[in-house]
Amino acid sequence: MMWNRKHILDMDSLSVAEITAIIDTADGLKEISERAIKKVPTLRGKTVVLFFHEPSTRTRVSFDIAAKRLSADAISISASSSSLVKGETLIDTARNLEAMKPDVIVIRHSSAGAPLLLSQKVSTPIINAGDGMHAHPSQALLDMMTVREVKGRLDGLRVAIVGDISHSRVARSNIIGFTRMGADVRLAGPPTMMPAGIEALGASVTYDFDEAIDGVDVIMMLRIQKERQQRFLFPTEREYSRRYGLTLERLKKAKPDVMIMHPGPLNRGVEISPDAADSAGSVILNQVTNGVALRMALLYLVAGGPRNADDH
Amino acid sequence: MRMIIKGGRIVDPGRIDAVGDILIDNGRISDIRFHESGKQASGAPSSVDSYADPQKTADRIIDASGWYVVPGLIDMHVHLRDPGQEYKETIETGIQAAAAGGFTAVCCMPNTRPVNDSRQTTEYIIHTAKRLQSVHVYPIGAISRESKGLELSEFGELKEAGAIAVSDDGQPVSDSQLMRRALEYAKGVGIRVISHCEDTALSHGVMNEGFTATRLGLAGIPNAAESIMVMRDIALAELTGSLVHIAHVSTRESVHAIREAKKIGIPVTAETAPHYFTLTDESVAAYNTNAKMNPPLRSPEDRQAVIEGLADGAIDVIATDHAPHSVLEKDLEFDAAANGIIGLETSLPLGLRLVAEGALSFALLIQKMSKNPANILGLTNDIKTGASADLTLIDPSRVHIYCVANGYSKSKNSPFDGWKFKGAAMCTIVGGRVVYEM
Repeated sequence: MMWNRKHILDMDSLSVAEITAIIDTADGLKEISERAIKKVPTLRGKTVVLFFHEPSTRTRVSFDIAAKRLSADAISISASSSSLVKGETLIDTARNLEAMKPDVIVIRHSSAGAPLLLSQKVSTPIINAGDGMHAHPSQALLDMMTVREVKGRLDGLRVAIVGDISHSRVARSNIIGFTRMGADVRLAGPPTMMPAGIEALGASVTYDFDEAIDGVDVIMMLRIQKERQQRFLFPTEREYSRRYGLTLERLKKAKPDVMIMHPGPLNRGVEISPDAADSAGSVILNQVTNGVALRMALLYLVAGGPRNADDH
Repeated sequence: MRMIIKGGRIVDPGRIDAVGDILIDNGRISDIRFHESGKQASGAPSSVDSYADPQKTADRIIDASGWYVVPGLIDMHVHLRDPGQEYKETIETGIQAAAAGGFTAVCCMPNTRPVNDSRQTTEYIIHTAKRLQSVHVYPIGAISRESKGLELSEFGELKEAGAIAVSDDGQPVSDSQLMRRALEYAKGVGIRVISHCEDTALSHGVMNEGFTATRLGLAGIPNAAESIMVMRDIALAELTGSLVHIAHVSTRESVHAIREAKKIGIPVTAETAPHYFTLTDESVAAYNTNAKMNPPLRSPEDRQAVIEGLADGAIDVIATDHAPHSVLEKDLEFDAAANGIIGLETSLPLGLRLVAEGALSFALLIQKMSKNPANILGLTNDIKTGASADLTLIDPSRVHIYCVANGYSKSKNSPFDGWKFKGAAMCTIVGGRVVYEM
């Protein structure tokens, strides 16, 4: 297909055809990372700004490597090193970045909607690398890529997402992405971690972990942020892991070929036991590997791969 | 100076509803002459021969035929930002906006810089407004010093200086003992207490809790963050026998609690704002910071309950919570943007939409926008001989498009920019002076 979307802001705006095109492109680019010389000249002369307003290691490094494997020049800016700490507004910082003529701005921000705001204020293509509790489209796309790679399809699969749905942009983007591709998504976690009206995104909700993983093809565990305990979301890590932690014992109740996923970083022993994380069905490191290919695909598509000069 | 307002439909809810002329001499209504035997309550004057031929002696005749002539509208909840944040609004620009919206009086909340907890700030506001010879400005003093919720401010001195009520608006009184004592003490001073009801332990959010917040990934504020405190204040009003006025009601639970409290005689009154009976949280849509306010825009069910509360009397007053903010506070990430919208110039047109929809009668709308606020605040606001000529002239069929850029308020943070309205204030008269004409 001819790619003509300028920004990657969230999963909601991507069509089935676009999601398929992104994953197809990523599948094709994945091989580059297996080469002895892991570099192609595709984006030579292009500049990618990695504007990370919130701490991130995995996603930032993944985008950075993706840009470099395509020969783009990648520049990282973090909140502490940017003028934001000097009181400059987000919009002013972005306009200043734009004045230096980058070809893509990849933004991670703690406030939901910040990438959309930027896309309205600057003309550079924006890729959302995670905004507040809203969206994390590159994560959802790499998750779908990983599932499709193993299962050969997304349509008709059953996916369980377990944990703190409420505070998770990964969950939101995966719910929208997987359901759009025809998968059945069920959510599990304590009621304190279920956001209001989440069913309207097309997922079913249960508070019972065993019920959630019964018969599913994919189990996606979410990271428990330990500081949330202070907001009364769960009593103790001990009780959380007993009720919602994935263990080998629990896995016996699931399908033998179930895929185990986690967006990382892992809290081993809390939401996932070490042996479950390292078990045969775990694709957690495949997700990380695919993350580079998927982000190469996004950069390639928005930074002037097949897209025509006209910006829509 | 003699003025005649000729041929308007005079509506003073509960007292007058008839076509007639109003004669104004030296700022006061000197006579009212009804054209025909319209219905009128007892006590309303009807003196056909009390002036011979006023047209020959009047300095100004305003043809109000086809218009309503109502007691001046009163907005009992505005933020004028002066002193301290004059880049958002000044007393001058705020009252120009008020006059353009048909208001003859506004009550300004104390969250200025400094907080209005003193005679000095109260007098500054009153004197500045008086010099401008326009809309009446009644300052509201703080319940607690600097609105910090720790100790009572001096209600007695605030009242002497001219404060009309006390409130820590924007800074909810979390300490129930402080609220109890404020209500008790206010009874002795004879000053009204206005409560911003919000349980801050529950309100860690930036918009209404619900599907839209979930979809946008924004932290939600549940209805209970408001209604818990409404119920607490009702309990304290019952305990103290002192009237509490609940500001900006946004939820169905609050409406229900107030309605039930009134049924059993607890002294409570309440207001809502036009945005709560017009919009829902879906207006936040694509992180629109002009749909960010506190309390937040709620669900369609809440909006409907607020309208029903206005219709059945659970909610007494429509007040705007006019909250000017500049682009510095609004052109930001949604989380970082300030709460609040301007409202003075859109309140009446939005109220008239309710009338057009059949939710309220025109007279009831004027009750909510003029008579009830006056009653709650101890002001008199009747169209009668001898009264100060504070009048609003309304053309109910005037179609116009609200363009915030052309508005009088210094700030432009309105979600109603570009809305098409039917009905507008054509002329605002304060003390016999025309302070606004469309």
